Amino acid sequence: MFNNLQVFLIISTILFILGILAILTRKNAISILMGIELILNSAGLNFVAFSKFSSGNLNGQIFALFIILLAAAEAAVALAIFLGLYRQRKTVFVDQASELKQ
Amino acid sequence: MIKWAVIVWILPLLSFFFVLIFNKKLPRGGDYFSLGTIFIGLFLSVKLFTEALLNGAQYSENWSFTWIPLGKYSIQFDLHFDIVTAVMFLVVTIVSSLVHLYSVGYMKGDPKYGRFFAYLSIFSFSMLGLVLSGSLIGLYIFWELVGLSSYLLIGFWHERHPPAEASKKAFITNRVGDVGMLLGILITFAILGDLNIHSIGEKVAAGKVSQSTLTLIGLLLFCGAVGKSAQFPLHVWLPDAMEGPTPVSALIHAATMVAAGVYLVARIFPLLTPEAGLIIAFVGGFTAFFAATIAIAQYDIKKVLAYSTVSQLGYMIMALGVGSYTAGLFHLTTHAFFKACLFLCSGSVIHAMHHSLHHIHSHADPQDMRNMGGMKKKMPITFWTMFIATIAISGVPFTSGFLSKDAILGGTLAYAMEHGGISWILVFFGFVTAGMTAFYMFRILFKTFYGEFRSGPKAEEVLHESPKTMTIPLILLAVLSFYLWFTLPNVNPFSTHGWYESYTITPEKAYEKTIIIHNQSNINLSNTFENQHQLKAKDEKQHSETFNSTHSNQQHSVHHSAHILAMISSLIVAGLGILISWLTFYKQTISSDKVKSSLGAFYQGMYNKWWIDEIYEGTVIQFTMLMTKISAWFDTYIIDGIVNGTAAITRVFSDGTGIFDNRIIDGLVNGLANTIGWFGKSIRKIQTGNIQRYLLSSSVVLGVVLLIIVVRTIFY
Repeated sequence: MFNNLQVFLIISTILFILGILAILTRKNAISILMGIELILNSAGLNFVAFSKFSSGNLNGQIFALFIILLAAAEAAVALAIFLGLYRQRKTVFVDQASELKQ
Repeated sequence: MIKWAVIVWILPLLSFFFVLIFNKKLPRGGDYFSLGTIFIGLFLSVKLFTEALLNGAQYSENWSFTWIPLGKYSIQFDLHFDIVTAVMFLVVTIVSSLVHLYSVGYMKGDPKYGRFFAYLSIFSFSMLGLVLSGSLIGLYIFWELVGLSSYLLIGFWHERHPPAEASKKAFITNRVGDVGMLLGILITFAILGDLNIHSIGEKVAAGKVSQSTLTLIGLLLFCGAVGKSAQFPLHVWLPDAMEGPTPVSALIHAATMVAAGVYLVARIFPLLTPEAGLIIAFVGGFTAFFAATIAIAQYDIKKVLAYSTVSQLGYMIMALGVGSYTAGLFHLTTHAFFKACLFLCSGSVIHAMHHSLHHIHSHADPQDMRNMGGMKKKMPITFWTMFIATIAISGVPFTSGFLSKDAILGGTLAYAMEHGGISWILVFFGFVTAGMTAFYMFRILFKTFYGEFRSGPKAEEVLHESPKTMTIPLILLAVLSFYLWFTLPNVNPFSTHGWYESYTITPEKAYEKTIIIHNQSNINLSNTFENQHQLKAKDEKQHSETFNSTHSNQQHSVHHSAHILAMISSLIVAGLGILISWLTFYKQTISSDKVKSSLGAFYQGMYNKWWIDEIYEGTVIQFTMLMTKISAWFDTYIIDGIVNGTAAITRVFSDGTGIFDNRIIDGLVNGLANTIGWFGKSIRKIQTGNIQRYLLSSSVVLGVVLLIIVVRTIFY
């Protein structure tokens, strides 16, 4: 069942759509961040899948490792921003941090 | 020597600026600066004068530099110092310094005391500059400057209406004459390209100007003298100028500035042709007579003196016109002293009257002789000095006036004997005026100092003699009216021989020199009368030098007999004038009222100054006013109409273009802007700033694109 590329791509697509939906629908900044993590993971899954089933070298796997690394860094930075936002506003709901809008 | 003259000249200018700027900060208004500079000037003038005399009659000194270079020509700034200048310097500084001294007493307590002295200083500067100038243009500049100082001083009490009016009248009337003078100067410059009086004379003598042009130049320059020396018909300003303070009347409007016209005629004497001379003589003679008739009927003491000044100036002009150069200048000099004395005496009287009338709170006129009388007891110094000056102007022997007036009358008589015809009218003018002068001058004396005081006993009690600063100048001027000062070393009181006559040499008439050149005859010319005779003699050229020498001997004898005749006649008419005056105003055996009524319209004419002011009012002034009204109408309706019409047309046009601009051009621009604005507003709604909304939109678009691709892949 796992010898087929289609299965990986379908799972990756489901993950991607779930991530997009999370980003579009959630007001909580942390939930949006989780959505972004899902998208990153779907992209990482695609890299690994294509690497396994096509080229034979490990380029795709290394890309997936980079993406995990990048996601960790990004999560750290994003959480720091949220923390700052929370200190300022006592909230992490993004629709309440809309001061630049006239 | 001319350096010292320049110092005398410049000092009052420094004093003028200094006193004008600092008079409020200095004690006594800084009058001592004016007094100091003018007394230094007096001292230096005496020195200059004696040195000039020691240098002889031909002495003259020049100093000039190029003032305005004008291409081929240039205008020189010339200073010229000779005996006549030295005499004028002496006269101006003596009278000016005494008037300064007098003013210390007279102007005491005046709020503008300091400024008065500043003005006196600028006058002294201008007058000295006038007599020191060697060119017509320089003379003209100072001519206008003395006019300015006269204007300032006549209008010194400009808060009151009459002085303000009088100063304007003086200035404008003088302008009329000055236009003529300027024209004369310009014509001279156009023809000869030179304005130095001396070199003009030389160029004329070389025959560079035709006789008619020369006559025109002479008469045009004389126009200036008519204005400044108050000759008929421009005499009207001088009597009104008496509205100024009395010291000013004495200095400017009797002794010095008004004599500037006579001085000018004396300076241009060599340029005068016989025709111009005759016209000048007639203007002078008529003015002398005319002003004397007015002076008889006036009651204001200063008005009488003003008209007598006009009359005496007429005498001087007449003398120069008939060629008696020395007599004219001599009368100028002697007249300066006794007329200044008369004015200062009248000032002293007015001063006393003013205080008395003020004391009894009367508003009567302090200058009206009908309010005076019997002031001899209270004011002995004023009376005696005025008496001396009066006999001097009346022509009583032992006074300077006798000699100078006699010289003029003798010259006129000799001229008439030679020329005959209408020139006898001049003799008539001369002698009748001499009689009338004696009459009206003694009228002042009797009306002021004799009889009863006519303003009540209370006012008489407070009458008092003027302070020493005022009486000392009076005494000095009265002393200077004595004949001996002008005839030294000769002591004969019936002869004009003396330093004055021998040092003021009649200049040769330049025009006649050209005649001589033309006629190729060289006959010695020693005085003007011979010259004029030469003109007649030119027809008889075959008669050679023998004729001329006998003729000139004859001439001398005519001149001599004319003088003796003139002297006797003038003594008779002056005596007659004094006698009638004595009978009328002292003894009152002749009733003046009866004489007045028997003279009828003639007296009315004299009393009303022959209605000259009214005539001017009715003609010149009315005409000017009418012209101004016409001009104003033209300006308001025609010029303004054109301007406003143009403006209206422009406005209509601009309204049109305005509509085009507002509607079409702005419409386009605004329309474009509105369209863009509307577009921006619509687009702006998309730009919410909500990142999830953006993401949703892009996801939807991406989904649609994917759908299209999928559909296409399936169906094709």
